[in-house]
Amino acid sequence: MVQTIKFSIDGLSVAYHDFWALSEVSLEIPAHRVTALIGPSGCGKSTFLKTLNRMNDLVDGAKVKGAVLLDGQDIYGREVDVARLRKRVGMVFQRPNPFPMSVYDNVAYGPRVHGTRGRATLDALVERSLRSAALWDEVKDRLGRPALDLSGGQQQRLVIARLLAVEPEVLLMDEPASSLDPISTAKLEELIHRLKQQYTVVIVTHNLQQAARISDYTAFFLGGRLIELDGTAKLFTTPVDKRTEDYITGRFG
Amino acid sequence: MSRSAFHVELQELQNAILKMGALVENAIAGAVQALVKQDNRAAQAVINGDDGIDQMQLEIEGRSLRLLALQQPLAKDLRFIGTALKIVTDLERIGDHAVDIARIALRLAGEAYIKPLIDIPRMAELARGMLRDSLTAYVHEDLELAQGLADADHTVDSLYHQVFRELLVFMMEDPRTIRQATHLLFVAQHLERVADHATNLGEWLIYMVTGQRKDLNA
Amino acid sequence: MNSRRQESLARVALGSAACLTVAVMLAITGQVLASGLSHVSPAFLLEAPRSMGREGGILPTIISTAYLTTVALAVASPLSIGAAVYLAEYARRGRLVQGIRFATESLAGVPSIIFGLFGFSVFVLKLGMGWSVLSGGLTLALMILPTMVRATEEALQSVPARYREGSLALGASRWQTVTRVVLPSALPGIATGVILSVGRAVGETAAVLLTAGSALGVPQSLGDPARSMAVHLYILASEGISMDRAYATGSVLVILVVLVNAATNYLGRRRVPGRRKHAWSRPSSSA
Repeated sequence: MVQTIKFSIDGLSVAYHDFWALSEVSLEIPAHRVTALIGPSGCGKSTFLKTLNRMNDLVDGAKVKGAVLLDGQDIYGREVDVARLRKRVGMVFQRPNPFPMSVYDNVAYGPRVHGTRGRATLDALVERSLRSAALWDEVKDRLGRPALDLSGGQQQRLVIARLLAVEPEVLLMDEPASSLDPISTAKLEELIHRLKQQYTVVIVTHNLQQAARISDYTAFFLGGRLIELDGTAKLFTTPVDKRTEDYITGRFG
Repeated sequence: MSRSAFHVELQELQNAILKMGALVENAIAGAVQALVKQDNRAAQAVINGDDGIDQMQLEIEGRSLRLLALQQPLAKDLRFIGTALKIVTDLERIGDHAVDIARIALRLAGEAYIKPLIDIPRMAELARGMLRDSLTAYVHEDLELAQGLADADHTVDSLYHQVFRELLVFMMEDPRTIRQATHLLFVAQHLERVADHATNLGEWLIYMVTGQRKDLNA
Repeated sequence: MNSRRQESLARVALGSAACLTVAVMLAITGQVLASGLSHVSPAFLLEAPRSMGREGGILPTIISTAYLTTVALAVASPLSIGAAVYLAEYARRGRLVQGIRFATESLAGVPSIIFGLFGFSVFVLKLGMGWSVLSGGLTLALMILPTMVRATEEALQSVPARYREGSLALGASRWQTVTRVVLPSALPGIATGVILSVGRAVGETAAVLLTAGSALGVPQSLGDPARSMAVHLYILASEGISMDRAYATGSVLVILVVLVNAATNYLGRRRVPGRRKHAWSRPSSSA
């Protein structure tokens, strides 16, 4: 069975001023799968994630070397429209960040920004996105109410709905469940499992059990380098590199 | 529980397995001894001792499951606990075989044996040796020792076939020996199974260390 | 002394300072209102002055004040918001930004009469606008510019970074992010800047006198001279025309400022849906 590759990264190195956060990282992210990035604090996994949608550009003094190919095209190329890239490759952050607007306006924000007009079109899009994010039933009677009134777990799903509304291809998630309680986390993981049928998901997580539960592939980062990348089941039962073994069995950090 | 306390628990789990292994080994030795010496008290002791062995199995299983739930172990630690669960099953079965041998000893007590028991004690000795080796290999993670169990198993199998043929001849020549010979045949079969279980232990050790499942009985 | 006594002593001292401040404010406004409110009547507000202000009302000055303030806000708002947005959202940290900020803050400290002088020589004389609503309004605009830039910039900076990140991560441009998310969020802070500026504009006397003149009469166009309420009050009092009417004008000024304050506050709070009433009463994090 041929596995399509969504991202192909070759020799990626990222520095913030003089500090090299990533060194010579090369790997492939398969399409329609969940790839988890694990590693101790400061190992570069979040930096790597932010490179995939060029959110690193917002950081002062960030330098990027190497190639990051999305469907075969280098996203750091000269002619690349960053706004369009971020439409295709969306991001969910650690703490939910809905805008101070109504639920409806939050979800409609992305489409409106990209030029979608028409009440009927937007209504349909909002409903579809909220359904995909497993939030529709909980908010359908209060679309006009402030988004900030929702609970943490609902806000995180709202943020995902907002993301889905722009119809991306890739979902990047930076520790999306770290501020949620177990039930919300379970719902979120269920959602991720469903989403991978349509999207490619890359998720950074500190929670090894979560990575084990929801990902197909897991990549272990340490000190800015990629140490091991393998099928999740294999990596968590018989890792190849001793450093991977030591990390996941808790024998260091 | 902190990570280091977890490692201490793993060590204690291993110790419990070794203790159970020792109990089981003594049971086999005691049962065969009782058979050879026709010692009823010894046989009864083995039968009574089985409760203790079953207790240990439950205790080790309980501990293992608790560790799985609370610690969510991965990689080597996970394989270690998985192996522990499989090993105690094999050990407990060996214990049951010892009890069965002891019961046969009770049944044959007071009878004169149709022939002096030579091969059966030899099989027992080999099987016990295999059990000891498998547990040693387990503690020291000695893959070579575990590999060696395959050959030992072949030897035990050959011995078993030999005993089988001999007893068959006896039964054909003199139908009055059939009852005793059949019981002795069962004893040999139990010992052959003990050797198989010991080999299983070796296979699980190989999995624990390398992550590969290998068939040593082939 | 032990901490309990220290605590109660501090409480008393600070409380007294607060009361004193409020008392002073009340004293000033109270005195003005007490002396002037009795002379304020509908006629006072709606009639034109007669005999140099000794009799009649102050309608033209009310209208002039409104015109001057409107011109000032109309000119200063886009400039200040634009500058603040540039400083807060677009400019890279560095010498240029520091320079601009320094210039803005220095401008805030320049005495008003200097602005008056500048307005007089440049707008009134050099550009030939004469004493007019335009000259006065432009001068006032320059005066309130620094305050509004600073208030707007701070309001923009207090908008959480995660809103911007969220918007950019959806593929919005920086401009779209600023106009659709950041500015609406910053409205209350900007409103504060406007309030402060209106207060200053309405109260400016010398500079307005120098640039808008003191002709009584409702201005018919931007080029016509105008007398603001503050200037009128000054003239009534300094030339001994009518203390009563001076106080009355003052009362109207005070009430006007309070009303503008309240209105801007209200509008600033209303315009942002999704603002929770109490920032500290978050619902618990559950599914």
